[in-house]
Amino acid sequence: MSLSTEGRRARKASAPPAEKGTTVTGEPPVTGKVPLRHRLRRDRTLILMTLPAILLLLVFAYVPLVGNVVAFQDYDPYIADNAFQAILNSPWVGFEWFEQMVNDRLFWSALGNTLTIFLLQLTLFFPVPILLALFINSFVRPRVRAVAQAILYLPHFFSWVLVITVFQQMFGGAGLIAQTLREHGHEGFDLMTDPGLFKFLLTFEMIWKDAGWGVIVFLAALASVSPELYEASAMDGANRWRRMWHVTLPALRPVVALLLVLQVGNALTVGFEQILLQRTAVGPGASEVLDTYVWNVGITYGGFSYAAAVGIVKGIFGLLLVLGANKVAHLMGEQGVYKK
Amino acid sequence: MTGVAGVKPGTRGRLRPVWEEEPTKAGLASKGVVLVLICLAVLFPLWVVVVTSLSSVKTITEAGGLVVIPRGVTFIAYQELLGGGQVTRATLVSICVTVVGTLFSMTVSIMCAYGLSRPGSVLHRPLLLTMLATMFFGAGLIPTYLVVQGLGLTDSYLALILPSALNVFNILVLRAFFMSTAQELIESARIDGAGDVRILWQIVMPLSRAVIAVITLFYAVGYWSAWFNASIYISDPKMLPLQNVMNQLVLKQERPTGLAQVINTGHLSPLAIQMAVMVLALIPVAVLSPFVQKHFKEGMLTGAVKG
Repeated sequence: MSLSTEGRRARKASAPPAEKGTTVTGEPPVTGKVPLRHRLRRDRTLILMTLPAILLLLVFAYVPLVGNVVAFQDYDPYIADNAFQAILNSPWVGFEWFEQMVNDRLFWSALGNTLTIFLLQLTLFFPVPILLALFINSFVRPRVRAVAQAILYLPHFFSWVLVITVFQQMFGGAGLIAQTLREHGHEGFDLMTDPGLFKFLLTFEMIWKDAGWGVIVFLAALASVSPELYEASAMDGANRWRRMWHVTLPALRPVVALLLVLQVGNALTVGFEQILLQRTAVGPGASEVLDTYVWNVGITYGGFSYAAAVGIVKGIFGLLLVLGANKVAHLMGEQGVYKK
Repeated sequence: MTGVAGVKPGTRGRLRPVWEEEPTKAGLASKGVVLVLICLAVLFPLWVVVVTSLSSVKTITEAGGLVVIPRGVTFIAYQELLGGGQVTRATLVSICVTVVGTLFSMTVSIMCAYGLSRPGSVLHRPLLLTMLATMFFGAGLIPTYLVVQGLGLTDSYLALILPSALNVFNILVLRAFFMSTAQELIESARIDGAGDVRILWQIVMPLSRAVIAVITLFYAVGYWSAWFNASIYISDPKMLPLQNVMNQLVLKQERPTGLAQVINTGHLSPLAIQMAVMVLALIPVAVLSPFVQKHFKEGMLTGAVKG
């Protein structure tokens, strides 16, 4: 135990290189004496440069935020030619949609599915990159590590359509495994249309696509551990497992905490595109999550107001989850997403 | 790659630090096997897809479906797909949207990142906060859809670019890099009379080539892989990008328009067509990402510790 606390202190003293980028910021130089008029003139190019981005964010992030008012309306897209006009002309209904949501069996089912999938991801997906990183890190030859990483990063860059198509070809009813089984006189099987296994299939696809990518952060954290710590603990007689327990794992702690916070903050956002692509194959009972429910009710059936209400509730709880998870991280003595 | 650190000088060629135990032969071998299996889990499906797309009808029938061992390579599936028609169109749409979108995203992102990277500039705090805030709330699908509709962007290629043109996270990564490039260089350039545009173009950007390559790849992959925007904003089948067409052809098992005849006469296996579409979708990504690979770490980490 003493080793691990020492290790943590040592790490703090020699700040990991990863944080360098942000600490160089430096405080702004003393500008108090220059009048604002002059400073505006001096920095006008800089401000102009940021404007296109800010404008895009205003239009596609802030205006839609205001557009959430349709959740308190009985929005009718056919009342006017233009969506903006339609919002202005639609009647207000107060919290009617929210009341309806509380009594909606499908909403609760979608929420249940969302949370189940989140828990599966947390238990089955989350540890995989950590284990993979420890495994790759145990190889000493740079060439082996580089090749392994190149291969493992690859699926992260594939689209969900492609990933699911690959899975379809491997595990689907006409896929390679079913094909091989039939050739040897067994019954074929179809993992892609089995509602009972669907949530595991999702997690499995996620592991295939993103576990390799998740390795990067952990490998970097491992690389920033001072080798002297290993050497010292080896001198003290710690074998490789004890070194992993007392040096390596404590070094991963802050990164793990950060990623856990992020993961919990996203608990209500589980694989929207991924599920949307597969929901017809297994039916909504097993696959409907909050995001796909919003999409289905709103976009497919035109229930914009009700879907927006579900979206708002999801957004608010998502925000609370991030803040809450961050609070817990702070209480645990970790930094979390933002500083205190 | 600091796995090598801790190697004593004078132990050339010896990668393992002196104090570490030598692994047993059996341990080393089993680790190797596991690593190979993990890598195969990624590569094998891709291999099958590529091989099947290059197989003739005969080979595919003999294999009873997907082909694992290649016999007689033929490019007929690609010839048919790229000889005009739905998939050719979709590929062109995807390429154009990716190129134009990436250029647009990079221009706006780099300008914005530089604009926010000079400490002490006026309005830099409020502008930065405006951006950061969007990382904490998402407006939601429905209002975003209504805004895109209200702007009249539906059924236009702009709907595939503008709503998802910016990734705040990417801008933060760029900004962090721009801030860490040598301030002395920038100051001396300013004293020599260079304006901000010139400093960005001639000093900051050449110094940040690595991160610019990474972010370009991120944006490009984003555009290339996108299908959702097209699925809700585009109703004209001629305007659909490759991912959406692949979705129709493979997951929904539809026949590509214009190719029914070749398939019905038995010259072309529908399976080979499906696989060829998948190869078209994966080629650019598989070819490009290894080049940028060595810079991933810096990009990911700068972003992870945001300021």
